[in-house]
Amino acid sequence: MRPIKHLFGIADLDREQIEYLVNLGDSFIDINRRPLKKAPTLRGKTIINLFFENSTRTRTSFELAGKRLSADVINISASTSATKKGETLLDTGQTLAAMQPHVLVIRHSLAGTCEFLADYLPNTALVNAGDGAHEHPTQILTDLLTMKQAWGTPAGKVITIVGDIAHSRVARSHLLAAKKLGYTMRVVAPKTLLPSQIERYGCEVFHDFDAALPGSDAVYMLRVQTERLTDNCAFPSVREYHEAYGLNGKRLRAAGPDCIVMHPGPMNRGVEIATDVADSARSHILDQVEHGVAIRMAVLAALCGGQEEEKKMGGSSRKQLSEEAMQAQGRLI
Amino acid sequence: MTDSILYTPQAVEDALNRMADAMQAPELFLVGIHSGGADVADAIQQRLEASGTRVNRGNLDISFYRDDLDTIAPHPLVRRSELPFDVAGKDIWLVDDVLYSGRTIRAAMDEIFDYGRPASIRLAVLVDRGGRQLPIAAECFGFSHEAPADCNVELVTDGEWLIEQRQVK
Repeated sequence: MRPIKHLFGIADLDREQIEYLVNLGDSFIDINRRPLKKAPTLRGKTIINLFFENSTRTRTSFELAGKRLSADVINISASTSATKKGETLLDTGQTLAAMQPHVLVIRHSLAGTCEFLADYLPNTALVNAGDGAHEHPTQILTDLLTMKQAWGTPAGKVITIVGDIAHSRVARSHLLAAKKLGYTMRVVAPKTLLPSQIERYGCEVFHDFDAALPGSDAVYMLRVQTERLTDNCAFPSVREYHEAYGLNGKRLRAAGPDCIVMHPGPMNRGVEIATDVADSARSHILDQVEHGVAIRMAVLAALCGGQEEEKKMGGSSRKQLSEEAMQAQGRLI
Repeated sequence: MTDSILYTPQAVEDALNRMADAMQAPELFLVGIHSGGADVADAIQQRLEASGTRVNRGNLDISFYRDDLDTIAPHPLVRRSELPFDVAGKDIWLVDDVLYSGRTIRAAMDEIFDYGRPASIRLAVLVDRGGRQLPIAAECFGFSHEAPADCNVELVTDGEWLIEQRQVK
């Protein structure tokens, strides 16, 4: 298997790497259920969670994952960071990297933030915790673990994803994962919430939710992200959205008795999902949250394993790189 | 480079029988270390159950309890640890195939203690090959053999079980 040095997105992972991380996550579920939730795996490692966008569950999930593997974890949110005082992203990244963390977990509203920083921070593993509408790889790995637990394998299954596809990094990452792992994605949304040329991802496109339900193995509801909707592409009203695209008991019955319900959270009850569906036995939403911690443990462990070996085998030296970075700084800023 | 069979299938079979005899009790808690130790624990379980012992089985993967995460292969193959019984207050037999430095056993003991506080842990290994780096000893072993430091001692389980000693560069 190709070694995994950073986690930028599903696009950069091959099938073998994805399956490796999901299986590793599977082996970590148990630690989270023990009375003593701690393993010594990442003792002496430092992890910095750098969140430029608000997040409760992803940040908490990464923090718990690091702490349960005995790493030292530090959280920085944009509201308290020097970015507020005018520091550039690159300077923030280099400043934190100079404090020698092993892993930097980054959420940012700009697509490609991690790839950009990776060129300048040679000794730090970077994890994308969501970059704009681009990718959210740990969420998809989490979902794949939930699907593995429910079905054994996602191959051949039909996942119907509903909501604001255009602004959803979760949807995008799933479309990429579906191709690599051989499951079918049905996307359901009003035209205003679909990106143009969505068919090029090889998915089935529906504007009518009811037509997409039969044959679905999972219905994956996306949160209506009001903060990302601009006035000119919004839907008429929340009530109308719920009527046309909300998952209620009737629709779930139409999907068949074995269809499961998924949601990356946080949920808007009464908007994209009805309360009785969210709380039903077919809802795997809280499993997803639990699996999220296990997957993030797997990602951190996979990125930290063998790190020192790799450095010895010829990671670029800091001096060279800081010169390169200085030149780049001059070019970029 | 020379490959050599250290112990034949018949010798391994006899050793497993001797170990099972030595471990006889009305009820046992047997924990194998993935993957070789789990195989040996299975073999001992079969023999003990045939003679009427109640065996509770568990398996551990200690990859993430080792002290050398930085130096092992970047992405080790990891299996799920399973201890389906409460370890608190139990007398546990930890089972592995080959005992060498003792680091694996230390890691396994750390992991067991994360599940709870057993009354005791004893160690059973198929081969003690010497070369200990920690104060750890097997209470029950099939073979004791001082192997040179530049050799690997390995339990081979494809087909008939046997033990090989192989020189590494």
